[in-house]
Amino acid sequence: MTELLVARGLGIAFGGVVALKDFDLAVAEGDLLGLIGPNGAGKTTAFNLLTGVLRPDRGTIHFAGREITRARPERRALAGMTRTFQNIRLFDELTVLQNVMAGAHGRHGASTLAAVFGGPVLRRSEALIREKAEAVLARTGLAELAGQRADALSYGDRRRVEIARALAAEPRLLLLDEPAAGMNDREKAALSELVTRLNADDGLTIVLVEHNVRMVASLCRRLVVLHEGSVLAEGATERVLRQPEVVGVYLGRRRDHETRQGAGADASEGAGGGC
Amino acid sequence: MTAGSPASSRRLSQLQALVLLAVLLAGGVALLEAFGSGYHRTLAALTLINVMLAVSLTMTNGFTGLFSLGHPAFMTLGAYVAIAFTYPAGRKSFAMPDLPAFFSGIEWPLPAGALIGAIAAAAAARIVGISVLRLKVHYLAVATLGLIIIVETLALNLDGLTRGGRGLTGIPRSAELWLIALCTLLVIVGCWRLKHASVGRAMLAVRENEMAARCFGIDAVRLKVTAFVLGAGIAGFCGALLPHVVAVMTPNSFGLMLAFNLVAMVVVGGQGSILGAVFAALAFSLGTEGLRPVEESLGLYGLTQVVVAVVLILVLIWRPKGLFGLDEPLVETR
Repeated sequence: MTELLVARGLGIAFGGVVALKDFDLAVAEGDLLGLIGPNGAGKTTAFNLLTGVLRPDRGTIHFAGREITRARPERRALAGMTRTFQNIRLFDELTVLQNVMAGAHGRHGASTLAAVFGGPVLRRSEALIREKAEAVLARTGLAELAGQRADALSYGDRRRVEIARALAAEPRLLLLDEPAAGMNDREKAALSELVTRLNADDGLTIVLVEHNVRMVASLCRRLVVLHEGSVLAEGATERVLRQPEVVGVYLGRRRDHETRQGAGADASEGAGGGC
Repeated sequence: MTAGSPASSRRLSQLQALVLLAVLLAGGVALLEAFGSGYHRTLAALTLINVMLAVSLTMTNGFTGLFSLGHPAFMTLGAYVAIAFTYPAGRKSFAMPDLPAFFSGIEWPLPAGALIGAIAAAAAARIVGISVLRLKVHYLAVATLGLIIIVETLALNLDGLTRGGRGLTGIPRSAELWLIALCTLLVIVGCWRLKHASVGRAMLAVRENEMAARCFGIDAVRLKVTAFVLGAGIAGFCGALLPHVVAVMTPNSFGLMLAFNLVAMVVVGGQGSILGAVFAALAFSLGTEGLRPVEESLGLYGLTQVVVAVVLILVLIWRPKGLFGLDEPLVETR
């Protein structure tokens, strides 16, 4: 398998707080990788650096053989890397279908002039975008909700629409930031099933940030554990979860979390939400 | 955009709405030309120009989430550029002595002059936009306010082109009502098409959450520049039409008060709602004219402006997204 995404020595600090240091990550084509770690470990910061929401202070990122360390987020998306957000960022005043159609604009949207003056170019582009969006909605089990406004949906459905919108941009690599947060057990099961299908059937490479260790363990073959901004462990899921330092981080999480909050080390999540 | 809502069955189709709009405009023009007074025709012309301005501002600000107040600056620019082409050739050397010799023999029809005015305004917006559009919401508002002042000051001081504060008079009243009505139709239809195409959805995505939109491949900066430049072009065109309705142009014909009124129309109608902007512009234009006799009889000059401000505040309190939000009333949007 070839490596699709390679990050080397990524680091970033917010003010005096180091959110991520010497972060290495290699994601192979077809991988389903879990990125776990306690609150404030730097998971969302890592996603923000990979997708261009934040620029790293140091380190490099390569995607599909090209360096993208300084590329703008939209360039990375068109190169084939899209994401969802921990705090859902749907377009509330648009319908589910329109949200997903917006996801296909970057690749298939007609120009402004074509939009104003009409003609075959516009008609073809609009038909293609609608077709793609409807296919994604069917794939993600959202077809029945197509006409609903995004702000009228349940929490679990909103998460799924965000995934659908990211899929409409036709990624090779999908980064999911805590997709199961706030979902009930039934929604979680459906999400697990969807993620598995996208990876196994469609060959989509997926990196998953998740709090719920049980879910990650059942889904991902490989794990990367972050702790206090650095990689604590990585490798095959079962082996990583048995490592004493990983167990220690999770068992000691409560105390660890309290001290970290005092130090303001949640900066990574804060910065992620604020941009 | 309430596709699939129960009300949608009672909505007009887009074609029906287009025909209705065309018939209303054509009928209105025909009636005014046949039976209306000069006052009525001028009022109708100014009202329609306000409609175009509000619609173009709801495109610039409403679609992409920019907060530009710069319309009057682009109107002033469009107006002076157009006048340079349309002013009676024989009087140019007297009124605009600093105009290059190239213009001295030129006396073009209004549509050509207005088009050049629009292009000049759009070009200026493109240049200004590169730096100004990096600014976030309220900084952009302040920067575009500054733009109004800059353009106004320039116009005041470029005496040989604008006659400064004395203003240019004797501008041909060549902005026929039918021409303005036709332009209004084109502006509404063009903005409508833009909103309901992929580009429009992408603009709305930028407005709702710029970073999320960029993360699935939407070039937010480019779309904002596009909306800003298009809006400025329409503003430049309207600015070119206006002095050809009232025959006068001064450096402060289009100032801060107009910027405020336009923003008020867009906010009241619903940011991003084209028909909302149309209704708000109609209500504003006809309402302020209706209040004028009251102002005069009570001696309360400035009453209309107070009423506009109060309406704006009430809407912001009770319907922060405006009367229609992003929706289009009465017409199907699929």
